[in-house]
Amino acid sequence: MKPELTPEVRSIVRAQLSRRRFIAGAGAVSGATLLAACGSKDAESGSADATASAPVDEGGTVRWANWPAYLDFDSDKKTYTSLETFKAASGINVVYKEDVNDNDEFYGKVQGQLKLGKDIGYDIVTLTDWMAGRWVRMGYTQAFDEANLPNKKNILPTLANVGFDPGRKSTLTWQSGFAGFGWNKEKIPGGIQSIEQLFDKKNKGRVEVLSEMRDTMGIILQAQGVDPSQPFTEDQFMNAIDFLQQKISDGFIRQVKGNDYLEDMVSGDAVAVIGWSGDIFSLSNENGGKFGFQVPESGGTLWSDNCLIPSTSKNKKNAETVINNYYDPAVAAQVAAFVNYICPVVGAQAEMEKIDPELAKSPFIFPDDATLAKVRVFRTLTVDEETKYSEAFQAAAGN
Amino acid sequence: MAFAHAGTATASKPGRAGMRIPYLLLLPGLLWLLMFFVLPLINLAETSTKTPIAGGETGSYEQTFRLQNYVDAFSENSAQFSRSFIYALLATLLALAISYPLAYAIAFKSGKYKNILLVLVIAPFFTSFLLRTIAWKQILGEEGPVISILRTFHLIGPDTSITATALAVVTGMTYNFLPFMTLPIYASLERIDPRLMEASGDLYANGLTTFRRVTFPLSMPGVVAGTLLTFIPAAGDYVNAQILGNPTTKMIGNVIDSRFFRIVDYPTAAALSFTLMAAILILITVYIRRAGTDELV
Repeated sequence: MKPELTPEVRSIVRAQLSRRRFIAGAGAVSGATLLAACGSKDAESGSADATASAPVDEGGTVRWANWPAYLDFDSDKKTYTSLETFKAASGINVVYKEDVNDNDEFYGKVQGQLKLGKDIGYDIVTLTDWMAGRWVRMGYTQAFDEANLPNKKNILPTLANVGFDPGRKSTLTWQSGFAGFGWNKEKIPGGIQSIEQLFDKKNKGRVEVLSEMRDTMGIILQAQGVDPSQPFTEDQFMNAIDFLQQKISDGFIRQVKGNDYLEDMVSGDAVAVIGWSGDIFSLSNENGGKFGFQVPESGGTLWSDNCLIPSTSKNKKNAETVINNYYDPAVAAQVAAFVNYICPVVGAQAEMEKIDPELAKSPFIFPDDATLAKVRVFRTLTVDEETKYSEAFQAAAGN
Repeated sequence: MAFAHAGTATASKPGRAGMRIPYLLLLPGLLWLLMFFVLPLINLAETSTKTPIAGGETGSYEQTFRLQNYVDAFSENSAQFSRSFIYALLATLLALAISYPLAYAIAFKSGKYKNILLVLVIAPFFTSFLLRTIAWKQILGEEGPVISILRTFHLIGPDTSITATALAVVTGMTYNFLPFMTLPIYASLERIDPRLMEASGDLYANGLTTFRRVTFPLSMPGVVAGTLLTFIPAAGDYVNAQILGNPTTKMIGNVIDSRFFRIVDYPTAAALSFTLMAAILILITVYIRRAGTDELV
């Protein structure tokens, strides 16, 4: 029979247990590459059964993977202001990690565990439309419980219905934004309006473009007079790839990077980039207005990132409460004032008036028709196209 | 004769339990290799001949035993392959040129500072490999201290960069793998009996001849071990090319990374991994044969 354990012994046993669980978790992460290979059998069977058994909700800490510079950060306190307020008010603990640097890269890291139905370490992930669509298709998301998301009704009507998730059953827009040109105002006082100016001789070796294919290629395609929202041909796409390849082999492009292009803008390694609107505005705010952003004359891209709850999450209800919080217009305005991305929440503009009337007029947060006319949403690619195009894009980037 | 026979008899018949001991000792290592080397390798081999399922989701493949995958993978990425081997070779030669004098000095000339110097060689290991490489990116970056000084004194033009070049990738690898070269050479040199060198002097060999005929040949195991420990990881490295290079300096490791994680093209990635492994194995075999150090261990 089990002998009685003293409280001390019990706490030691508990500590051992949780450590073992921790080690198992660490092993799972480091074994991700291995699993990626081992899990290939599930890939063959289609893996649609991933949702078959939704995990039991344990209501614990919500772990949120988001992109850098994507939540109101207080650089003095080193905390996220709106998140601290939420934690204090709700009693729900949230661990916020800037772990998404690039959609493909992030998917590559977690897909082995997703396929096997093992915890990927996040309860909310924020992914761009096309990638969120892939997760929905493959059954890697959990359907929202509308009762926990009363603020969902505040979503902008234009975003309320999307092709990859009709009725927004398992994804909600986090922010939308533009891809365009960013530059260092000290080095390029005149700014950048066209692709010729981006690849000016003066910027040689210090231009960086996004590893997000749809944004970089969307801008190059439009510079070549091709609309990426319409069914363009493979030849047109490959012409744009040739242009990129040429700029790389001529030494204009320093690197093809994920969201970490921001570091190179700060360090000065990059003076001109194809980057994301809000990123560059918030970076500029933190660095004394040093950086500028403009949608290209020939056209930029418009994208949205979406919050979704992975099929492996055991903290669904709490995760929904977190998402719901950010659909409160006042909170949404608070975030938008920092991140400077397009706010998806109805009523946030009125709230923004109270925070900063200037920002309430910003076409980059509350875009007007004139701004929207200059941008395109990259069309949905078939799986075959996606593979072929990203292969060509990666090959141009030297990979 | 009878005595010798009895000897072999006792050696070959130590009883069943005794015979099992060496195998039992090997067991943990063999199991480890089976679990974490052989099985993944088989899986990798199996993956490398698959092809995408028509109309399937991203990352869905079926086994069709398509060996052409290897040809495609190699021909599409031959530039990165040759770059990997050239960079790794340069880094190995540079590391050897730096390490040998260093190891020699530590082994024979450092006196009471020997231990301090050895600690200094290992000290960079106390910081993460990634952090050290990122630090170099900052130090040598466009607005970093080194470039500023060089530009102030007009030693380099305003458009010359240090990072995002092939030179930066090779020097980064040299720096990162230097201790792997230094320590084996040091260990070999340190073991040499000083009386052999004295004897060489007694036979009227001058310093250079002694080094060429006695010291260097005796340190060969260290040199071979050091070059292998540098070349093999350098050929597969992708961190230095990623952080210190540009798109035209990417190595085969970067391609494998992007195939696995970005394009989710497992067959090509697996075929590339195998090709890389085979290429390294062939080069190493030739090298060890040529170096003639069968008694390496």
